[in-house]
Amino acid sequence: MSTVAVLVEHRGETVAQPTLEALTLARTLGTPVAIWLGDAPAADAVSLLGEYGAEEVRVVSLGEAGRVPSVAAAGVTAAVGDAPVLIVVSTFVNKEIATLFALETGAGMVVDAAGAEWVGGRIETMQTVFAATWNVRTRINAERAVVGVRPNTTMAVAAEAHGAASVVPVAVETPEVRETIMSVEPQAVPDGAPLSEAAVVVSGGRGTGGDYTLVRELADLLGGAVGASRDATDEGWIGHEHMVGQTGTTVTPALYVACGISGAVHHRGGMQASGTIVAVNIDPEAPIFEIADFGVVGDLGDVLPQAMARIREHKGA
Amino acid sequence: MRIVVTVKFVPDLQSTRSFTEGTVTRTADDGTMNELDENAVEAALQIKESLPEGECEVFALTMGGADATAAVRKALQLGVDHAVHVNDDAVAGSDVFGTATVLAAAVAKIGEETPVDLVITGMAALDGLTSMLPTALAHKLGFAQLTLASALTVADDAATIERHLPDAHDTVSAKLPALVSVTDEANKPRYPNFKLIMAARSKPIATYSLADLGIDPASVGALAARTTVVDASPRPPRENRVTVTDKGEGGVALADFLIERGLV
Ligand SMILES: Cc1cc2nc3c(=O)[nH]c(=O)nc-3n(C[C@H](O)[C@H](O)[C@H](O)COP(=O)(O)OP(=O)(O)OC[C@H]3O[C@@H](n4cnc5c(N)ncnc54)[C@H](O)[C@@H]3O)c2cc1C
Repeated sequence: MSTVAVLVEHRGETVAQPTLEALTLARTLGTPVAIWLGDAPAADAVSLLGEYGAEEVRVVSLGEAGRVPSVAAAGVTAAVGDAPVLIVVSTFVNKEIATLFALETGAGMVVDAAGAEWVGGRIETMQTVFAATWNVRTRINAERAVVGVRPNTTMAVAAEAHGAASVVPVAVETPEVRETIMSVEPQAVPDGAPLSEAAVVVSGGRGTGGDYTLVRELADLLGGAVGASRDATDEGWIGHEHMVGQTGTTVTPALYVACGISGAVHHRGGMQASGTIVAVNIDPEAPIFEIADFGVVGDLGDVLPQAMARIREHKGA
Repeated sequence: MRIVVTVKFVPDLQSTRSFTEGTVTRTADDGTMNELDENAVEAALQIKESLPEGECEVFALTMGGADATAAVRKALQLGVDHAVHVNDDAVAGSDVFGTATVLAAAVAKIGEETPVDLVITGMAALDGLTSMLPTALAHKLGFAQLTLASALTVADDAATIERHLPDAHDTVSAKLPALVSVTDEANKPRYPNFKLIMAARSKPIATYSLADLGIDPASVGALAARTTVVDASPRPPRENRVTVTDKGEGGVALADFLIERGLV
């Protein structure tokens, strides 16, 4: 069985859900080993990674220098060793690290994949492109493969049988780099699942007029994250980290609710692969209705409170 | 100071985009300069305008077939000084590594007499959206990599950027030469003015072939690509779509739909 390295996403000690999805995918390709960048993980994190099939957790401690992509890439390259496949979660930072890994090792690389499998001794990936209007299958011709997977594209399932993962420290010589980190300003961790990982996303656009009360309330009720269009973040109504779209966060939740969002192509590119799409908009001509499974032409100020009352009634029943 | 901005010719986002034989269909009718490259051009022009007249030259660089000229032409309309187009049939089908090899060689050629201090790129191309090229190009050039900049300042022979990552906002600095990729938050791109549009018509566009760059055609293009699209098919439109008009019951209908689908 091939060794399949999986770069772990974690915030402090908390392993992010997409990593469990990536490990689940890795098990279909070979024997997973987890790569942990940062201070040595606690026992809980190690056992969770083990439950999802990681045989080893290879730990690379780089300190703050690890925020420089080439330093992180050197660590990842050392930890991957000769594993033929590396899986990362497709984030902006991981794309940089993985690109440098591929340059170093000659690996072929696909990002934003929704799945991967072996075909005739080579990795093939599946993905959607052009705002999720096309399905594409890509063969990685090189002997080694790097696959960036999108969150919410594989259902995370623990391994049926698994041993305890062993922790293996990896020594790396930090390479000389040209970039200097001048300052690092940590950002508050939002409650609940991050936008990219949430199973439900409720987004508000210009049509909210800047009042996110109803959007937040619906998101809470459905256990989801709050998203926004760029017009809303540009207005300063809500933080940029909530922006869904081609230049914001790409989301693929089971349910996407667009409230007062017209459905510009830039926005659609970041949410069109969602499972079910629901839209509320007063304009019957809004392009969002072209891709909505269920659309309500109406004022979100009327529609959302009524919908929430009905959902609460149902939940209470 | 010499700045090179890389610009890509991509299908217009508003058009129906498609694949032909495994590569993105690109034709002059519905193609344009990648929108996110407008932020890169803007960043370069702002640096130029902050320096005394004649101290900074901005080059726009693209690669691709004959149509790709449209991308550098657009950059000229926005106000860059020079345009370079690597036009060679052998580059067709290049992957990101092949593309970076070609662009790095072109940057080196642009810098033959006066070295290039800064390469500025957009954060992604809105066709592929992989965001891999800036990293690969910085690596091939041996330049410092300052990517995903939401703010950029150049002073004292160094570039400093703000890099907003989900867990923290970093400030990163590097001595020139550096490659900077800018996000769409970095600035507000200008519109081409009439005078520049007229002037851009007659501005020369330098063309390089792979031979001019000393690149073996077999080392780039489709055959050297580490990935190949083996299948591409349009996704079927969503079926059974329903739109209701709220006449006082819209919210209930929405809730019932979610309940029926087991999404509540
Ligand atoms: C390079 C580039 C990148 C971009 N990237 C992104 C991106 O990543 N993400 C993104 O979202 N955008 C992006 N944009 C912007 C995008 O093109 C649109 O401008 C933006 O998505 C529109 O936001 P909106 O739908 O909130 O606003 P609008 O288009 O103004 O739509 C508001 C909608 O609200 C409806 N409405 C108004 N009042 C109500 C009400 N009371 N109840 C219900 N509905 C109501 C209106 O009918 C309208 O359809 C980008 C643009 C560029 C140029």
